[in-house]
Amino acid sequence: MERMPRWADVFLVPLISVMIAFAISAGVIWAIGQDPVEAVRLMVSGAFGSTYGWGYTLYYATNFMFTGLAFAVAFHARLFNIGAEGQATVGGLGVALVCLSLPWPHWTLALPVAMLGGALFGALWALIPAYLQAKRGSHIVITTIMFNFIAAALLNYMLVNVLKPVGEMEPASASFPEGAHLPTLHQILAPFGIEFSSAAPVNITLFIALLACVAVWVLMWRTRLGYEIRALGHSESAALYAGISPVKIVVVAMLISGGLSGLMAINNVMGEAERLVLNSVEGAGFIGIAVALMGRNHPFGVALAAILFGFLYQGGAEIALWMSIPRELVVVIQALVILFTGALDNMVRMPIESAFMAARRRRKRREAMQARQPSPGE
Amino acid sequence: MDFLTLVQILDSTLRLATPLLLACLAGLFSERSGIFDIGLEGKMLIAAFASAAFAFVSGSVWVGLLAGIVASMLLSAVHGLASITFRGNQLISGVAINFLAAGLTVVIAQSWFAQGGRTPSLAGDARFSGWELPFAIGPSDAAAAGRPLSELIAQAGPVQQVWSELVSGHSILVYVALLAVPATWWVLYRTRFGLRLRAVGENPEAVDTAGISVIGLRYAAVVICGVLCGLAGAYLATALQAGFVKDMTAGRGYIALAALIFSKWRPWYALGACLLFGLLQAVALRYQGLRLGEVTIPVQVMDSLPYVLTVIILAGFVGRAIPPKAGGAPYVKER
Repeated sequence: MERMPRWADVFLVPLISVMIAFAISAGVIWAIGQDPVEAVRLMVSGAFGSTYGWGYTLYYATNFMFTGLAFAVAFHARLFNIGAEGQATVGGLGVALVCLSLPWPHWTLALPVAMLGGALFGALWALIPAYLQAKRGSHIVITTIMFNFIAAALLNYMLVNVLKPVGEMEPASASFPEGAHLPTLHQILAPFGIEFSSAAPVNITLFIALLACVAVWVLMWRTRLGYEIRALGHSESAALYAGISPVKIVVVAMLISGGLSGLMAINNVMGEAERLVLNSVEGAGFIGIAVALMGRNHPFGVALAAILFGFLYQGGAEIALWMSIPRELVVVIQALVILFTGALDNMVRMPIESAFMAARRRRKRREAMQARQPSPGE
Repeated sequence: MDFLTLVQILDSTLRLATPLLLACLAGLFSERSGIFDIGLEGKMLIAAFASAAFAFVSGSVWVGLLAGIVASMLLSAVHGLASITFRGNQLISGVAINFLAAGLTVVIAQSWFAQGGRTPSLAGDARFSGWELPFAIGPSDAAAAGRPLSELIAQAGPVQQVWSELVSGHSILVYVALLAVPATWWVLYRTRFGLRLRAVGENPEAVDTAGISVIGLRYAAVVICGVLCGLAGAYLATALQAGFVKDMTAGRGYIALAALIFSKWRPWYALGACLLFGLLQAVALRYQGLRLGEVTIPVQVMDSLPYVLTVIILAGFVGRAIPPKAGGAPYVKER
């Protein structure tokens, strides 16, 4: 029996969880002697008050869509891919190698190859943990954590010893050629007569991220592979009985997940920095966890949650600039969202469930009473 | 490499292995009871901040230590609440705790001290000083002789060098960490509590059938985990370094987790694994790139070696690591 209506499960529970997380965050702001109302006002105006603010909000949201989808796809197969950070790092390496390898004449040629490079490198970085999980039973959480650190070391090595131009001090690759620069939203919207800030880094990757959301939805709910991934996530024994190979599904789901993480690099590496720098992912891989949990692992939810987190990131930068609230406040909010929508889900869910159950019992009892009493007309 | 250099590297190995060892034993208690804990990092971090902040304000390192333990236990309580009482996902809870600590420490540090997310430097009684063992050459001898300590030790005999440099002169927490290894072994394998703790991580139903509270045991394990992580964090901020800086745990919680797997959830092996990973850190700290004959090993390889080794161990090619059977699964009493 359904304990509560579907809308309560899909909207009400996450909404209340997020509300609790935000309320505690406001408490933190208040506790450090700042005004929460003023902070929210600044965040909203900073993130949505101008096309410049929108540009950053959507730029961050693009990153989080990729990592959120990456986490969601793996989670459907009940795999906890905590390695999006490392996969996006290595994906960045793939994108940089593509962009630097040829004097690209135009971005339309560079973009598909760079996407391939990023996705391929990201997927390969997920392959070893996937294989070890599928074949040797090593816990994917631990291996992907380890691979995050190994990826950071690898990037460090590649930048310092291989990609750094001779004579430069900073550990960063050379700037990408002109032909590998992606059009920004400013350039895309200008022909339509829409003024959009030219300083904001949001670029064509935003549309690729939205397409990726649609593609993941099609994959998960309209294809055989998606069905197999979800079946494995629900019950391994049932999937096995239905002739689904867990080894294959685990590896494939992780390859897709890693590929999506790697694709993020066309936004931050190719679209924004236009060269490869240290720590280019900046924690977006981990935010993907919060985004996916909040979006209930559904691509549509992921897209919405990614925009919310984009808002938090851009708004957080604004309040760090104008109030004495450090940027790390966003990390606190992110942690609380993960805690309440993920780990403490039952704490929110159980009272709501029992409220719905009690309402249903009351209704049943009333109906029973009415049925027993003969109506006056009889 | 002369003898004294070797002794110095081993000395720094011991210092760097201490926080790993405390965190690793913390994880051992938790995971042996069936509660996965990837939040070791966060608990260490918040303990590091709380200990440094309270030690600075009160001027006493012991007040700081207590504050560190309390802070770490609070996060442990959150983890317990999420994973035991509300039967949530233990991994997600751990991730949340790591972020919570990473964010809160900087936000509070900035609000209290306004020094860019760090605490002021600790000095004097606000910091753990080295324990000078009998007959060792220490700072007091150097002051009496009017010569630098390093010079005195360099001129001493090899036995005296080992005694003064490696064994003596550490803060009390180093010795506590070393003693915690046999203590953990004894608790785990020689007490009734330890037997039950191990059982609850393997087969909680059996423990429940025997009339022992699964929930109680797991909370006890999580509390012990909080205390040990508190010690580890306090050691970082008040003994190894003088004060808290942003993200000062720098992945040590994850290395401790790696050491825990490396040691296959056993206390004595944990000591070995932590000393090995401490040695790797010490060598990486001393040499930027290690020369072995013709080949130079880049420092990045040294940095990533603990993680690579753990993956190899996890892959089961060198002795298989099998975690506690009931780990990660919330216990639901049969109705």
